[in-house]
Amino acid sequence: MSYSYLILARAILPEMALVAGALLVLGYDLVFGRTRTIKERLSASLWIGSFALLAAIVDSVAVGALGSVYGNSLVLDKLAVASRTGVLVLGLLTLGAAAGARIPRHPAEYVAIILFATTGFILMAAAQQLLVAFVALELASLSLYVLAGFAKDRRESAEAALKYFLFGGMASAFLLFGFSLIYGLTGELDLNRIAFVLAYRGITPLLAMALVMVMIAFGFKAAAAPFHLWAPDAYEGAPTPSAALIASASKFAGFTLFYRLLWPGLAAVAGDVSKPGNSGGWLPVVALLAGASLLLGNLAALAQTNIRRLLAYSAIAHAGVMLLGVIAGEFAGPGPLFYYVSTYGVATAGAFGVIAVLECNGGCQKITDLAGLSRRSPLLAGCLAVFILSLAGIPPLAGFFGKFAVFAAALKLNGLGGPAGWLTVLAILLSAVALYYYLLVLKQALVAAPAENSAPVRVPAATAVTLLAAAGLIVVLGVFPSLLLPLF
Amino acid sequence: MSLLPYTIYLSFAGALLSLAAGTRSATAARGVALVTAAGCWGLTLFAASGFVPSSGMQTLVNVPWIPQLGINYHLAADGISLTLVVLTGLAATAGVLFSWNIADRTGEFFAFYLALIGGVYGVFLSADVFAFFVFYEIAIVPKYFLIAKWGSTNREYGAMKLALYSFAGSALVLAGILWAFAATGGHSFGVTDLARAATGLTHGEQVGMFALVFLGFGVLAGMFPFHTWAPTGHVAAPTGASMLLAGVVMKLGAYGCLRVAMGIFPEGLGFWQPYIAWLAIAGIIYAGLVALVQDDFKFVIGYSSVSHMGFVLLGLAAANPQAVAGAVLQMFSHGVIAGLLFAVVGRMVYERTHTRQLDDLRKLPLHRLLPFAAVVFVLAGLASMGMPGFSGFPAELTILIGAWQTSKIWALAAAIGVLIAAAFTLRVIQVSFFGRTDGAATATDHHPLPPITGPEKAGAFLLLAATLLIGLKPDLLLNWIVPSLQSPLMQSVWHGGVP
Amino acid sequence: MSSFPLLTFLIFIPWMGVLMLASMPHAHPKIVRGLALLYSLSTLALGLLAWGNFDSAAPGYQFVEQHRWISLGVLNVSYHLGLDGMSLLLVLLTGLVAPACLLASWKIERDPRLFCMLFLFLQGAALGVFLALDFFPWFVFWELSLVPAFFLIKLWGGPGASRAAYQFVVYTIGGSAFMLLAFAAIFAAAGTFDFVELAALAHNGGLAAKFSGPVLTAIFLGVLLGLAVKVPLFPFHTWLPSAYAEAPTGASMFLTGIMSKMGVYGFLRILWPLFPAQLHAAAPGLIWLALGGVVLGAFAAMKQTDLKRMVAYSSVNHLSYCLLALFAVAGTGRLHVEASTAALSGTLLQVFNHGLSASALFFCVGLLEARAHGKRGLSDFGGVRTAAPVFAGLCGIAMFSSLGLPGLNGFVGEFLVFRGVFGLAPWAAAIGCLGLFATAYFLLTFWQRVFHGPQGPGVAAFPDLNGLELVTLLPAIGLMFVLGVWPQLLVSVFNPLVTTWVGSLP
Repeated sequence: MSYSYLILARAILPEMALVAGALLVLGYDLVFGRTRTIKERLSASLWIGSFALLAAIVDSVAVGALGSVYGNSLVLDKLAVASRTGVLVLGLLTLGAAAGARIPRHPAEYVAIILFATTGFILMAAAQQLLVAFVALELASLSLYVLAGFAKDRRESAEAALKYFLFGGMASAFLLFGFSLIYGLTGELDLNRIAFVLAYRGITPLLAMALVMVMIAFGFKAAAAPFHLWAPDAYEGAPTPSAALIASASKFAGFTLFYRLLWPGLAAVAGDVSKPGNSGGWLPVVALLAGASLLLGNLAALAQTNIRRLLAYSAIAHAGVMLLGVIAGEFAGPGPLFYYVSTYGVATAGAFGVIAVLECNGGCQKITDLAGLSRRSPLLAGCLAVFILSLAGIPPLAGFFGKFAVFAAALKLNGLGGPAGWLTVLAILLSAVALYYYLLVLKQALVAAPAENSAPVRVPAATAVTLLAAAGLIVVLGVFPSLLLPLF
Repeated sequence: MSLLPYTIYLSFAGALLSLAAGTRSATAARGVALVTAAGCWGLTLFAASGFVPSSGMQTLVNVPWIPQLGINYHLAADGISLTLVVLTGLAATAGVLFSWNIADRTGEFFAFYLALIGGVYGVFLSADVFAFFVFYEIAIVPKYFLIAKWGSTNREYGAMKLALYSFAGSALVLAGILWAFAATGGHSFGVTDLARAATGLTHGEQVGMFALVFLGFGVLAGMFPFHTWAPTGHVAAPTGASMLLAGVVMKLGAYGCLRVAMGIFPEGLGFWQPYIAWLAIAGIIYAGLVALVQDDFKFVIGYSSVSHMGFVLLGLAAANPQAVAGAVLQMFSHGVIAGLLFAVVGRMVYERTHTRQLDDLRKLPLHRLLPFAAVVFVLAGLASMGMPGFSGFPAELTILIGAWQTSKIWALAAAIGVLIAAAFTLRVIQVSFFGRTDGAATATDHHPLPPITGPEKAGAFLLLAATLLIGLKPDLLLNWIVPSLQSPLMQSVWHGGVP
Repeated sequence: MSSFPLLTFLIFIPWMGVLMLASMPHAHPKIVRGLALLYSLSTLALGLLAWGNFDSAAPGYQFVEQHRWISLGVLNVSYHLGLDGMSLLLVLLTGLVAPACLLASWKIERDPRLFCMLFLFLQGAALGVFLALDFFPWFVFWELSLVPAFFLIKLWGGPGASRAAYQFVVYTIGGSAFMLLAFAAIFAAAGTFDFVELAALAHNGGLAAKFSGPVLTAIFLGVLLGLAVKVPLFPFHTWLPSAYAEAPTGASMFLTGIMSKMGVYGFLRILWPLFPAQLHAAAPGLIWLALGGVVLGAFAAMKQTDLKRMVAYSSVNHLSYCLLALFAVAGTGRLHVEASTAALSGTLLQVFNHGLSASALFFCVGLLEARAHGKRGLSDFGGVRTAAPVFAGLCGIAMFSSLGLPGLNGFVGEFLVFRGVFGLAPWAAAIGCLGLFATAYFLLTFWQRVFHGPQGPGVAAFPDLNGLELVTLLPAIGLMFVLGVWPQLLVSVFNPLVTTWVGSLP
């Protein structure tokens, strides 16, 4: 076990780049901000932020899989590298969306906090120790609370932030309690060592309690039913780029963190869901969460008229599939799950990007506000179609292969012979239901005639490039999944 | 043969090109669509001319696609696929001709249209279940937009219903093939690999997987009682789309039933065979009877499609080379004939008279106002009712022979279906075009309708020529189809799962 | 002659006429009619040519043409044509009746080109039925003949034509569907559609060996149903009166003269050689049905007030004689060779004679109808003889031919039928006589009410036959006399055939 600062410094180069970028954004705005228009301030912040993110991406790839770093506090394995890179790409997409969104009152702070949040995410992605994990999670969460409430002049934003904060704070408390129980039971903070210790002990009541605590926090982070209640309000009220970040990068990082926590860390007490019967462990809990999320997300989404709430419920439904991916990770490894999570992130961030642009051009709350998008802006309509169809799981888009891979992995556990198989069938059938609400969105965007007073939509160049890149990513990754699949 | 995959790529490229051309001018988009569709058709014919019938699938492309899941991009063709690919080319070309008058966002229309075609080609050429499924779903999505955007009566309802049924069906298929993949150890999605591996499955697994996959594909093939999307969808669709829908998209379902469900799970077929056959027969008879009492011209044709697809399913269910050869022939035949019928109803009549109510049409001396349409419809109707000399006859005859070999009572029920088809077709011919034949009603009493245009005539001639050619010389297709039925994969179908 | 595809030409020349007319959309109606008549006459010319080269001593098929058509296991079809005495008889009949039908339709003003095209198409299809020796092409022609018939009735028919045409086609297709199924079953077992091969199989017991008894009976019933509707055999005749009555005159003539013979032909060509045992078993029941047709047809005709319907019912009656003889022979024929020969010869003669006399009668009714501006009730006329004596005379000859007056052709056929049936099933002959009397009664009523008695309204102005009408009617009337005194002319054509049939009775 080595505690080399040199290696640590190399390992956290991306984090450093982000923090430096955030500080630069703030400093630049402090120095030059007074003389510039708010628009110029935003674009300067975005440029700096983007460069910081790009630098972080380059660093992250260049650093590569170092293995355990600094006495196992961080781990840079394949999953961590891919996950960090993915989160950073999603952050970049968020900035692109922010370029086309309504301008926040303090643009530099906004961008800086996005960068801080992203820093938290990539730390989460690499954390291998309970304390690091918790700190990273808190860094990310606190940033997100601020981002959700950033539009201070809007009640909805404040409401979103408050709800998000209350639920998030509670979840953090549970998680901390759970962590402390685990530490108390095993005397270890390092996930690998925890796994080693647990392998020799069965489930004790205290451990079960710890598992429940961890699961609650996980459910919150993943927006899985029944811990999803914050999601629709947060998605609806938060400024659009914030919502995009919450829906995509935050989820990605959260799944990485919890995947690492559950599979290597708590694998010994996983239990079994491939066969009927109660086996104990956390897998049945995850299965329950997955089933509830699938049902609630898909069915509630049918009734939505607000596009953001619809995306929120669809996110809950997708969380169900992701949890299924966690279950399937037992044999299939992280590949299918993270292929799913990352492409879902791109699609949903892209969708929020489109909504962000529309908000600046006459508002976009109801699904019907999308009416006639294909006339108002063929570019946005085309990109939205790609994102939504990917969310719906239509080939050859990435969302399809994600589902395909997760389902295939889940069925490999034991065919239809147990809860995992039944959940898979449920998920497959509900994906046909999901098509209905996704098509409702596309019907407005591509089929319906534009409203009387609607004007053509102006798309800022940066956002246009971002959205096209995201759509291109969805198509390319969908057609060639093997580009992404082996990275995790 | 090696050129066949280009039909897929060309169609998708044509879709993009048409989208681009549409921003300049509608004519350019039409031109692109026609050139693409006809070009692909030409490719299929060229490939067919060099086709040497053999018992197995002839591989066209086989490269690793997603090695982690044992997925290959494996395209292959045998006589059955070749038949359907040629049909696709023909129907697509004719469909473009009958969509010539689309003026609203022409570029987008043909983009969706060609994307659909590309997917259809892909399905017919896939020899890997994953690729098959991918192309299958690609073909479904454009249908929704074609109908919802350019359709007529109740279009959004029709489009949504169709899309949801299709996706519910494909969800079942997905569940079935993933289950099979997982249960066979998860090594490969190749059709032949899966079929070989499936021999190791338990009887229960085969039965379950077959049920999922066959039912899923059966929905799209219009299997009773899951056929209800078909009439509403067909009615709502614009002419070109309903031609494709009835002409080739329903064939996707039937082809999936044959290639995937039957080919991979022959034991499952053995179990479900009687149920499928009776559902098929119920479809033939029920849809026929419903068609007999419809008031809407297009609904009659819509239900007739369901009835005719019942013959295809019956042929498949009979599961002997005779019946399956007939089923494939019927797929081709129905593709051509349904296209023709929808073209007359949707394009030639509805867009001129603006009504499809038989009660309104009855009052017009339509055979004088639109003599060309009348002749085409009569010929298409005759073909549809299985009149000898047209392609429907050898197909239905072959199916009857095959069905008889499996179960005499099925064949008897199907024969009643033939009779019902004749009754409703005659009725609709009589009421629609020849509602007023008294001498007093001459063309001059009515406002003249716009004359039939050149593209319409060209399209009608193409399809008529095809149905007559195959009617008189069915062995043009049977020569391709029959050897394919001798492949090892099919052998196990005939023997109910015993390889 | 062997390389010259005479039979193909026989069938397809009328169809070439269709194409030719189709290609001249603006031709003058006169040219159209002239061309159509020419194409129609080709049948007579080629038929006579065939007769001239026909070896009437040979019972087998002549002028045979056979080419592979669909040569795969799943559908093994050959284009197989051949001509024997029975076919020749019917080809000649077609050659005679068809041009007469066209002449009878000379005055049709509405779209004569389409009329002629449909008619020539119908003629070609009928010829195809009489000449094809493989089920597949045979059925092609059989079904295709319905299409022009449907439109001829529908478009040029009377007020109830739509319903009549629909009924006609649906009934016939209903029968055909079961026949199709039956042949599908046969093919499934035997692997061939060829009538000759199937007949050989049936003869040596190969066909029966492939099926269990009840199944073969079911197949037999399927074929029987298809043919029975077409003839029609009682009680499958209900489509006939309205179809015949609503059709335009020319079409009625062809329907009764030729198309009803397709059914009888089918009985002899298909049912007879393929299912001898089943036919034998079913004959007692079928005789009753045939008798039903004979008696009830005649009695129904008596009750009609519409002349066309009356003649239509008389067709049911007359065609039932053919079937009566056929079933009687099938039932007990082996025991009475002489009676069987007579009965079968009578059947074939009756086929020919009925074709002549019934179409002549329909033509006469058509003339009456045209002169009375659409009226054709039994009581709408009276005293026509004084206004149009020539017409009355010729019509009378046709009637007497129909009711079987000795010296005219009808007598020979009916006599032979009754002679044969009496020898085989005397009770059936006795009951059948009832039909004879009823026929005589209603035809004489017709004669009396229309041509005699006080002149009906407007009858005085009836013109007599013009040249065109004479040309239409005279050949048939002439033949009635010729065949009445010299039936041997025809009998020689099919005599060897009949001998063979009787010889091969089970």
